[in-house]
Amino acid sequence: MSQETKTPFLRLARRDGMEGWKSWCVRAGSIAAALLLGALVMGLAGADPIRAYGTIISGALGKKTAIRQTVKIAVPLLGCALAIAPCFKMRFWNIGAEGQITAGAVAASYFALFWADRLPAPALLAVMGLAGAAAGGVWALIPAFFKAKWNTNETLFTLMMNYIIIGVVRWLQGGPWEGRKGSQIIPQFAPEACLPKVLGVHCGWIIVLALVVFMHVYMKYTKQGYEIAVIGDSVNTARYAGMNVGFIMMRTMFLSGAISGLVGFIVASGANNTLYDGVAGGVGFTSITVAWLSQLNAFAMVGISLLLAVLEKGAETLQTRMMVPTSISDIITGILLFCMLGCEFFINYRMIFRKKGPKEAAK
Amino acid sequence: MKKTVCAIEMRGITKRFGGVVANDGVDLRLCRGEILSLLGENGSGKTTLMNMLAGIYFPDEGEILVEGRPVSIRSPKDAFANGIGMIHQHYKLVDVFTATENIVLGLEEGRLDMKAANEKVRAICEKYGFEIDPTQKIYNMSVSQKQTVEIVKVLYRGAEILILDEPTAVLTPQETDKLFAVLRAMRADGKAIVIITHKLHEVMALSDRVAVLRKGKYIGAVSTGETSPQALTDMMVGHSVTLNIDRPRFDKPVKRLEVKNLTCLDAEGVKKLDSVSFTAMGGEILGVAGIAGSGQRELLEAVSGLYPVAEGDILYSPEGGQSESLRGKTPMQIRKAGVAMAFVPEDRLGMGLAGSMGMTGNMMLRSWRRGKSAFVNRRDPNELALKIWKELEVVTPSTEFPVRRMSGGNVQKVLVGREIASAPSVLMAAYAVRGLDINTSYTIYDLLTRQKMKGAAVIYVGEDLDVLLELCDRILVLCGGRVSGVVDARSATKEQIGLMMTRLGGEER
Repeated sequence: MSQETKTPFLRLARRDGMEGWKSWCVRAGSIAAALLLGALVMGLAGADPIRAYGTIISGALGKKTAIRQTVKIAVPLLGCALAIAPCFKMRFWNIGAEGQITAGAVAASYFALFWADRLPAPALLAVMGLAGAAAGGVWALIPAFFKAKWNTNETLFTLMMNYIIIGVVRWLQGGPWEGRKGSQIIPQFAPEACLPKVLGVHCGWIIVLALVVFMHVYMKYTKQGYEIAVIGDSVNTARYAGMNVGFIMMRTMFLSGAISGLVGFIVASGANNTLYDGVAGGVGFTSITVAWLSQLNAFAMVGISLLLAVLEKGAETLQTRMMVPTSISDIITGILLFCMLGCEFFINYRMIFRKKGPKEAAK
Repeated sequence: MKKTVCAIEMRGITKRFGGVVANDGVDLRLCRGEILSLLGENGSGKTTLMNMLAGIYFPDEGEILVEGRPVSIRSPKDAFANGIGMIHQHYKLVDVFTATENIVLGLEEGRLDMKAANEKVRAICEKYGFEIDPTQKIYNMSVSQKQTVEIVKVLYRGAEILILDEPTAVLTPQETDKLFAVLRAMRADGKAIVIITHKLHEVMALSDRVAVLRKGKYIGAVSTGETSPQALTDMMVGHSVTLNIDRPRFDKPVKRLEVKNLTCLDAEGVKKLDSVSFTAMGGEILGVAGIAGSGQRELLEAVSGLYPVAEGDILYSPEGGQSESLRGKTPMQIRKAGVAMAFVPEDRLGMGLAGSMGMTGNMMLRSWRRGKSAFVNRRDPNELALKIWKELEVVTPSTEFPVRRMSGGNVQKVLVGREIASAPSVLMAAYAVRGLDINTSYTIYDLLTRQKMKGAAVIYVGEDLDVLLELCDRILVLCGGRVSGVVDARSATKEQIGLMMTRLGGEER
């Protein structure tokens, strides 16, 4: 009988919303859990986890040069996360930021390589930035156009666009833009075409911080931001409200691509001073992690992108000092993503374990 | 009534969702050979209570006894093992499968013998008078046939206790009668049946006993023979309500909207509307009746500029203005001219409301584009939200509380309230009381009537023919995308409209 009347061991109940501070505690706890799991992995890899974490932190933030390196990694991550935020808010799954960055870098490089002697430095940089934004925007507009017109799958489309533009860069590298014959390398930009440094890091960081404010205001207070939020909620509602959904989709993707393109310009001109096929270097994908982890909140993105940058830079130091492979940073990032996305479950649901009922207690 | 052997007894059932108590210490008894109506306003916890019998939810407190045995129903499978089967409001059938394939789906009895299964299905149908072909595919079936498949499905699994959640919401009067005949046959066979419904006349016509829930609490059960619709309503609501819809006549109706030979094709080129013509007068409520999917939605969308018009014209005559064609205008222009639409879809949110936003954000859906500034104006929408909150007694903690988490009735008040607030000269409302309880429904009817008396042309698409007959001045009946006829609601009968819904013109073929 008691077998029959037993309540399930574990039940889930939807919460009616958790208080703000509590949910942030859960999120902080999930980061802690991720770091603990990461410690376990490092232990398995044969490193003392405490020393390893110490090395990661000192390696990423210990010296001025290290901090500069870390910021340099964080800048494109942040910029690109800001770029995809409006798309994701709209539930338009743009995973083509990688290609949009590359497209922007290609357009910026064209001016860097062939117009450097014809324009004064500030004008040249401005033209490069604009060209990068325009190219990234157009690259993003293509899948949006097809989605709006024929309802193609944007996830596949934006992904495929990545490979096309990276192929184009390879062709440029070995062909028309090749520097020394046979080198497969595009020459370094002239100094005028490189972003000036502020506080030791190329001034791209100022641009992305300005973008943080811009994106926050754009999403929260503008009509366009409102339209994006409504479409993300329900396309039908947007249609009934008289919104031109296809047009808004294309406009938002153009903006998103333009910001990615701008990031491409920043990376090529500020960080690499040249163009190569790995210019985006996976930033377009990692930034998806950044955007999700920060729940599309522009200010949270600053913190998350810095956190991931610290992990990445620190892991390099970890390899040289403790012989732990750099891929450990990827593993920790993965664990972090898993824990932080997973913790949303605990924020939304309550777990009820079987209580000892009077019947069972009596036995 | 035998008190000893109850098919089902629920004792002190409590179920909470977060901070909301959906069921609060509910006791319920159901005997074999009886039909019990479960009545209650929206959000009173009827479906939740039944879902606990069907194994969808598990009660937080209380116990369930089947045939006197305490049981624990942890999944729909457990429910079937205890002989309980529930027919949900939204059917769960695989379109490309036949009736029998759907019926045996998920059963584990070793080798699948389709022939034997078909025979068994046929036997069940014969026994209770169902009219379905076991080998017919679901996508070829009408709504009522699909419902029959769902019922046969639970009978096939040996259910002795059947729960039907608002089974008549999508049926024509004739189909409803048929369903009731079947339910009576099952009762005679000794089955226990629970039916959840909002329609009081169905309660009176069908059930033996009525159990009433109010705000999650069990109010009581009465024999149908000893009660009246008025008494039941009072039990449900907790205070007296009048059940008559006031239908004043407007002095001088004027032509507001004239639809001429409107034809619309869907993406596949199928005619969704076929030369539909009618006029809507200011100061009049024009009802639109028809089986679900007869072109109601396309008609409203075409008038609003949201559905492409293949042929025909829509002429709009605003107050003191020139008559103009709406064809080819954008939805924005049409709305600005004074044509408003409130369409309540099945999920209540998908069209017209943004679920994750609060009342203010949803008010902005009408006004967000106003002004030249790039920034949205939240002040006016917030004032409007506060006004609707107060005037329509919307239950919500704040104007920023996501509407998705409000109860159905409140969501609809927000939607209809917003459309009326724009003081339209043509107001189209589709299924505005879908799933609403009596009290809130009457509030909505009253709002529509007030719009009519202000001189607006109201077009009301409804499901409940009794209400259409009471509320409207004229009723347009659609049948397969064509106008079956327009009747005077003051003199027409339900049967007449029911026939027109299924056959063009309503004549016998």
